[in-house]
Amino acid sequence: MIRVQGLEFRYQRSDFVLRVAELEIADHERVAIVGPSGSGKTTLLNLFAGISTPDRGTVQTAAERVSSMPDSARRRFRVQQVGLVFQEFELLDYLSVFDNILLPYFLSSALRLDDAVRTRARSLATDVEIADKLARNVAKLSQGERQRVALCRALLPRPRLVLADEPTGNLDPSNKHRVVDLLLENAQAAGATLVAVTHDAEVAERFDRVLDMAALQ
Amino acid sequence: MQGSLYLAWRYVRHHWIKTTILVGSITLIIFLPLGVRVLILQSARHLTARAEATPLLVGMRGSPLELALNSLYFGTESPEALPYSDVDALDSMGLALPIPLYTRFRAQGYPIVGTSLDYFAFRDLAVSRGGMFAMLGECVLGARVAEQIGVGPGDAVISSPESVFDIAGVYPLKMRVAGVLAFSDSPDDDAIFVDLKTAWVIGGFGHGHQDLAEASAASGVLRRDSTSITANAAVVQYNEITPDNIASFHFHGDVGSFPVTAIIAVPPDQRSSTILRGRFEESSGVAQIVVPSDVMDELLGTVLTVQTFVLAAVVVLGMGTLATAGLVFGLSLRVRQRELMTMTKIGASPASIRWLVVSEMVVVSAAGVALAFLLTALTASFGPPVIRAVFL
Repeated sequence: MIRVQGLEFRYQRSDFVLRVAELEIADHERVAIVGPSGSGKTTLLNLFAGISTPDRGTVQTAAERVSSMPDSARRRFRVQQVGLVFQEFELLDYLSVFDNILLPYFLSSALRLDDAVRTRARSLATDVEIADKLARNVAKLSQGERQRVALCRALLPRPRLVLADEPTGNLDPSNKHRVVDLLLENAQAAGATLVAVTHDAEVAERFDRVLDMAALQ
Repeated sequence: MQGSLYLAWRYVRHHWIKTTILVGSITLIIFLPLGVRVLILQSARHLTARAEATPLLVGMRGSPLELALNSLYFGTESPEALPYSDVDALDSMGLALPIPLYTRFRAQGYPIVGTSLDYFAFRDLAVSRGGMFAMLGECVLGARVAEQIGVGPGDAVISSPESVFDIAGVYPLKMRVAGVLAFSDSPDDDAIFVDLKTAWVIGGFGHGHQDLAEASAASGVLRRDSTSITANAAVVQYNEITPDNIASFHFHGDVGSFPVTAIIAVPPDQRSSTILRGRFEESSGVAQIVVPSDVMDELLGTVLTVQTFVLAAVVVLGMGTLATAGLVFGLSLRVRQRELMTMTKIGASPASIRWLVVSEMVVVSAAGVALAFLLTALTASFGPPVIRAVFL
């Protein structure tokens, strides 16, 4: 569950202010956030994930009050409880597909890399039909395949919350539908809450609920 | 920590061109000063060891360095020759054992050293295969010569003509290999030793030919009278000394006037050495006497001065290279800001990111340092022989 109360956030040296009086997203809910560019969609995701902290108000994610945690606790919370899918995938081009999926385990001592994790990574890759490309360098993959690698990376630590920032922004229509299906199916299968930012009304309609940034503020 | 190290390894491996340049730069920064230092120290050790084992050298007045390098290392530049009578004169003084050296000729690129048997005892050289030369025209090979040209006792080596266009010059002599010396890790391994008289035969001071008194040699006779026979150009000269023709070999002229390039003088004690040096220094003759270790110390003094300048230049170059390597790392980090930000968003701590970057530097630096030490070790092993082969 995500609960936001009296949130106020402003960037330094910017006039932009994000204000959310109250917001609740239930466990396992699949929510799309829509709104014009610059309305604060990505900022809101960062606040949910504990990447940024609010100037006022509280953000409670998966029973943890993220907004009042110290940095190290927020990092541990993020790597263990939150799966992030970025618009431009943000894969490391010097790693293979398999190593990209395992990336969170290389970066944080809060996660322990063992054979069970490797088996699960292969299983996820099979689910999204990239199992035959695990040894390949990610630079040699298509856009759709790269997005599927990013999805596997986000889901591997069994997060309770999956946050996707414009997950279909760089995809052609056929890949777009495929990726949305994967996101919705896999988040549900993993028992995770899914929040996705999108500009695409067609994509937003596939979610349980659509939040408009204009209405939130 | 292990994960960061793995990521660092994958990164430097993927960007192998940049990594190679950085590793190469670090290798050069370390290897250049270290390698130069090791090379000079090792070469100095080799040079001084040989020089210190040679008490005195007598040669024609001129460059003491040229005399020492030629006599100790059998270099290609031959000093002006002394007459053999100087060897007898030195012997008659009773102050030192004279060991003549005549090093003008070569065979297959290796120096032919004409000397006496005393040389082998003086240098503590032993024959490992075959025996010592016993007959005119025989030779004994240094260990490396035998190995390189693949010959042994019973085979033959042929001396090289000094100039292929000079038909009146030094003719090749086919020399029978009597034996091969044991390896001594010295320039003696790279030399071919013959008796001094054999060296004079190569030099044309002695030769063998058909007996002109015999009827079969009639075509080689230019003029014959009651006291002498004069040969013409058709007379058959021998280019190999065998038991059958050795009796026909003879020398023309006074042996005392035949050349030697240097004389190693081995005094029995310090007093004899001092007296001998005094006599040469007081003499107004054409010969000089030098202490090889002094000559080498002077040479090394010059080399060490040059080394100081070289090291100063290398340090400046190294600082520049280090700054460039730092810049490459810095620019690389700027380019990777987005990647590092993604890692932070996923949950990497600032310490993990720092450790990742440091790991990359450590991997590259460790490779550079390892390579530099490997090159230095190779320089220490193979540098001095190469220096000797190229410069001496």
